[in-house]
Amino acid sequence: MAARRISGVIARSLSSSIVSRGNRSNFGREVQRFSTVAALEEPITPPVGINYTQLLIDGKFVDSASGKTFPTLDPRTGDVIANVAEGDAEDVNRAVSAARKAFDEGPWPKMTAYERSRILLRFADLVDKHNDDLAALETWNNGKPYEQAARIEVPSVARLFRYYAGWADKIHGLTVPADGPYHVQTLHEPIGVAGQIIPWNFPLIMFAWKVGPALATGNTIVLKSAEQTPLTALYAAKLLHEAGLPPGVLNIVSGYGPTAGAALASHMDVDKIAFTGSTATGRIVQELAAKSNLKPVTLELGGKSPFIVCEDANVDRAVELAHFALFFNQGQCCAAGSRTFVHERVYDEFVEKAKARAQRRTVGDPFQKGIEHGPQVDSDQFEKILRYIKSGIESDATLECGGDKIGSKGYYIQPTVFSNVKDDMLIAQDEIFGPVQTILKFKELDEVIKRANMTRYGLAAGVFTKSIDTANMLTRALRAGTVWVNCYDVFDAAIPFGGYKMSGIGREKGIYSLHNYLQVKAVVTSLENPAWL
Amino acid sequence: MAARRISGVISRSLSSSIVSRGNRSNLGREVQRFSTVAALEEPITPPVGINYTQLLIDGKFVDSASGKTFPTLDPRTGDVIANVAEGDAEDVNRAVSAARKAFDEGPWPKMTAYERSRVLLRFADLIDKHNDDLAALETWNNGKPYEQAARIEVPSVARLFRYYAGWADKIHGLTVPADGPYHVQTLHEPIGVAGQIIPWNFPLVMFAWKVGPALATGNTIVLKSAEQTPLTALYAAKLLHEAGLPPGVLNIVSGYGPTAGAALASHMDVDKIAFTGSTATGKIVQELAAKSNLKPVTLELGGKSPFIVCEDANIDRAVELAHFALFFNQGQCCAAGSRTFVHERVYDEFVEKAKARAQRRTVGDPFQKGIEHGPQIDSDQFEKILRYIKSGIESNATLECGGDKIGSKGYYIQPTVFSNVKDDMLIAQDEIFGPVQTILKFKELDEVIKRANMTRYGLAAGVFTKSIDTANMLTRALRTGTVWVNCYDVFDAAIPFGGYKMSGIGREKGIYSLHNYLQVKAVVTSLENPAWL
Repeated sequence: MAARRISGVIARSLSSSIVSRGNRSNFGREVQRFSTVAALEEPITPPVGINYTQLLIDGKFVDSASGKTFPTLDPRTGDVIANVAEGDAEDVNRAVSAARKAFDEGPWPKMTAYERSRILLRFADLVDKHNDDLAALETWNNGKPYEQAARIEVPSVARLFRYYAGWADKIHGLTVPADGPYHVQTLHEPIGVAGQIIPWNFPLIMFAWKVGPALATGNTIVLKSAEQTPLTALYAAKLLHEAGLPPGVLNIVSGYGPTAGAALASHMDVDKIAFTGSTATGRIVQELAAKSNLKPVTLELGGKSPFIVCEDANVDRAVELAHFALFFNQGQCCAAGSRTFVHERVYDEFVEKAKARAQRRTVGDPFQKGIEHGPQVDSDQFEKILRYIKSGIESDATLECGGDKIGSKGYYIQPTVFSNVKDDMLIAQDEIFGPVQTILKFKELDEVIKRANMTRYGLAAGVFTKSIDTANMLTRALRAGTVWVNCYDVFDAAIPFGGYKMSGIGREKGIYSLHNYLQVKAVVTSLENPAWL
Repeated sequence: MAARRISGVISRSLSSSIVSRGNRSNLGREVQRFSTVAALEEPITPPVGINYTQLLIDGKFVDSASGKTFPTLDPRTGDVIANVAEGDAEDVNRAVSAARKAFDEGPWPKMTAYERSRVLLRFADLIDKHNDDLAALETWNNGKPYEQAARIEVPSVARLFRYYAGWADKIHGLTVPADGPYHVQTLHEPIGVAGQIIPWNFPLVMFAWKVGPALATGNTIVLKSAEQTPLTALYAAKLLHEAGLPPGVLNIVSGYGPTAGAALASHMDVDKIAFTGSTATGKIVQELAAKSNLKPVTLELGGKSPFIVCEDANIDRAVELAHFALFFNQGQCCAAGSRTFVHERVYDEFVEKAKARAQRRTVGDPFQKGIEHGPQIDSDQFEKILRYIKSGIESNATLECGGDKIGSKGYYIQPTVFSNVKDDMLIAQDEIFGPVQTILKFKELDEVIKRANMTRYGLAAGVFTKSIDTANMLTRALRTGTVWVNCYDVFDAAIPFGGYKMSGIGREKGIYSLHNYLQVKAVVTSLENPAWL
C-alpha cells in the first residue's frame, strides 16, 4: 500500500526505483541465499531506541490497569524487542472516558476547523522530522524493508495528514430545496468517540488512514494497535500531542483483539468503530457492534484480488507489475494481486519470466540496503503460509520456484510461484497473505470476468492491456472497490479504497472517508413570508 | 411521516387543514365517544377490493412454496380482511435468484439511466391514477385515517418516485487528482441485490423510501412487507410492472420476520439490507448480516424524540404542534415527539391546553370523514400501549386525560396525556409507539439539552422558540438526525432522515439515500506523457 512511487517507477521505466533492477541484478540467487543467512546470523542493530511502551490515555503515558505487559518481537529473529503495556477492558474504559470527556466538553470539537487543521499540519512536519526513527521502528517491529518504510511509508503518513488537514475546514453541509415554506439545511457533525482497530502490515499508514479523517472531522479516538506492532502508533501519537493535540482526543491502547479489541467494539459509549484486518475478525467486530449500541462500522478486510494480463500486454512490464502486486511487503497486503490471470497466448512466456523475477527478488535483513523482501511478521503467519504452500503442492499446482522457509531463525520465506493453478484449489481461493504467487490461465474475457468475480472478496483488481475497449469492459465488470489499469497499488490520499462483498464496508481515503466520521443532521425551520422557495 | 402539509398548514394558520379546527370543534368529547362506538359497531365498508394476495416473484404472482397463507386483519375490528401467501426461506431463495438474475444478466442495470427514470415516472403517474384504491387499502389494513392516506401519504409516494426518477440520470462519480502520472476516477455502481424490510406504520411511504433510491441507482430488490400490512406493497409492485419494470427487478415476499425476514438478512446472495422497525429487531438484522456475508446495513429504528417548548414560544401553536408531533398516525411514528419538554414559565398553561386539545381529538372509524385518529395496528401494540399507560399511572405521573381503550372491538385507545413526567419513568424512556403524550418540565437550556440527549435514541427533535440564539444553540447541541424548528414531521423527499446513536445507521431520502445503494469503485489508469497532472 501507499506504494505509488514504487509501482509508478517500476511501471514506467524499470530503472530508477529504489529497488532498482541494477541493484537486483547484483543479488543473484546464490547471493540472495547467502545474504539472507548472513542477515539471520547477525541481524543489523536498528538505529533507534524504544522510548514509548505504555498506554497513552488522556494525554499521559500510563501502565495498564492490570500492570500486565506483553513482549513485542523482532520478525528477523523472534527475539523480544520490548515489553509493552497490555491494555484490556478496564484500560479501554479509561480511554473511552477520556475520549468522551474530550468530545463532550471540548476543546477539540469546539475549536475552529482551522485550528484543528493547523495541528494536523504541525504533526505532518514532525513526522518528516522523525522520519528515520519512525521508519526504523516500523522495520524493527514489522520486518519490512527499511528503505520502503523510510522512503515511501513514513512520507506517505505526512502526506495523508496534510491531505486531511486540508479537509478540516471544508466539511460542507447542504442547503436543501423543500416542497413548502421551510428552510432546510444539513449539518455534517462529528460522530463522537471513534474506536479504531488497525493491523500490523502497515502500522503507521493504517494509523494515518484511520486517525486522519477522524481528527479532521472533529472526533475523538480510542485506537487499538495490532499486538504484533504496537511501537510506532505510540511514537506517532506522542508527536501528535507535541503538535498541540489536546489530551484525551487520541488515546492508544496496545493489546489483543479478544480483550482490548472486543471491549472497544462492544463499548456502549463508543459511537463508531473502524476496523482493518481479516474478514473473520471483521464479522466479530460487526456482531459486537450490533449486540451493543449499533455503532456504525467501517470494515477494511481481506481480498483475493485478480491481476489480469491480457493477450496484448507488454509481457515484461506485466511480469514486473504482477510480481510487485503480489510480493510487495512480503505479500502481506490486503490488496495483493494474489490471482494472476494470464491469457493463454502469453502464458508460457509470462510464467517463465515471473519465475525468473521471483528468483531475483532480494531477500534478507530488512535493514540492509537494496533488500526488497524481509521476514513475515510472526510465527503464526509464517506457519500458515507454509501450510498453504504445502496445500498448493498437494493439489498439483506446479511449484515454479521457492516453496520453503529460509534460514533457521526468524520468519523468512522464499518468494514462491505456482503455475497451473485451478480456480478450485485452496491457494486460488483463500487469502494467503504471504509471498506466494498463483498463476492461472484464461482464454476469453467473458470467462476471466466470471472467474475473477467468483470469490466472496471484492477488494481490488489489476488489468493489464493496451486496448481501451478491454480496459473499459473489465473496469465495469469487475466487482472490486479498486481497479488499477496498467498499474497496481497506487494509494494516493485522494483515491478511495475499500471493498465490495466480503472485503469490507465503506471507503477510506479521499472525500468518501469523511462520511465514516460524520453524522448528517437535517435542520428544518419554518419560514414566515419567504421571498422565494 | 410525509405529513408536511398537515404540519405546515397547522403551524401556519390552524384553519385550512384537512383535519381543520372547524371540523374538530363540531366533534366534541361526547360526539367523539359516540362516533367511535358507532364506528366500531358498524364499520364502514372499504371502497376497494382485494386483488393481490400472492407473492410477487420474477414478475409473476405465485403462491408460497409451502402453500401456506396467513390472515391479515382489519384493525377496526380484528376481523380477517384476506389470507395472504406466507413466504419463508424457500420463497426468499426464489426471489433472490430472480433478483440476482435480473441484476447480473439485465436488462435493468444495462438499461440507460434515462430509461429507468421513465419507468419510475410512469409508475408515479399510475400511483396518482390509483390514489383512492391505494389509500383505501392502506386504511383498511393499517387503520390510519383515510383522508390522511388519500391526501398526504399516497400523493407523497408519487412525489418520492418523481424525486428519485430525477436522480437516476444524475449519479455522478468524480475524477480525482493524483500525486503522479495516473488518471483517477470513481464510478458509483449499483450494489446488486438489495434486501428491504419495511414496517407497518406507513406501508406505502416506507415502500417508496426503500424502493425509490434502490431502483433509481440500478439495483434489483427483494422486499419483505410487514406481516400486519402486506396489501399495498403488492398493489404498488403490480403498478410498477405495469409501468415497465422488467421481471425480477422487484420481488415482494409477504411474511414474518423470524422466517422470511431472517432468511433475507442472512442470505449470501443479497448484497445489501435495509430495515426499518424496532431497535431490537434492527440489532438482529445487523447480526445476521455480520454472520452471513457482511452485507452493508441501513437501519431506521426507534426513537424517543424530544419536543422542546421554550419560554418565548407561542403557546397555542406549540400545543398544536406538540399534539400533532405525538398523536399523528395514532402515535405510531418512529419520529414521534414523545417527550414534550416545556419551560416552567409556560408549563401550566401548556398542560391545560394540551389536555384540552387531546380531548378534542376526533377518534373513530378511519374511513369516516373528519376523523383524525383510528385504531392502533394490532392487539400486540394495543396491549403494549395499555401496559405503558398503566406503568405511567403507577409511577405517579399525572394522567390528565385518556388512559383507556375505546369500545369493545378493534384496537382503539383514547388520546392520553401525562404531565409531571420524570426522566426516569418508563414512559419517558421507552418508545411507546402509541397515543400517549408525556409532558416534562424544564428550567434551563443547558439542563434540557442534557436531558433531551440522555437517551440511547437520537432520531429527531423539535424546537419551539422565536429566539435565533436559542434555536441555533439547541440545533447544534441535540444529538439527533433531524431537528425541526417551529415545525414537526416535515418529510420532504429531499430532506435526509435517519438516526444518531441507537436510532439507526445511514440516511434515507435526499441525496444521502443514494449512498445506501451504491458501491464506489476507484479506477486508476497509468498515464503516458500526460499534458497535465
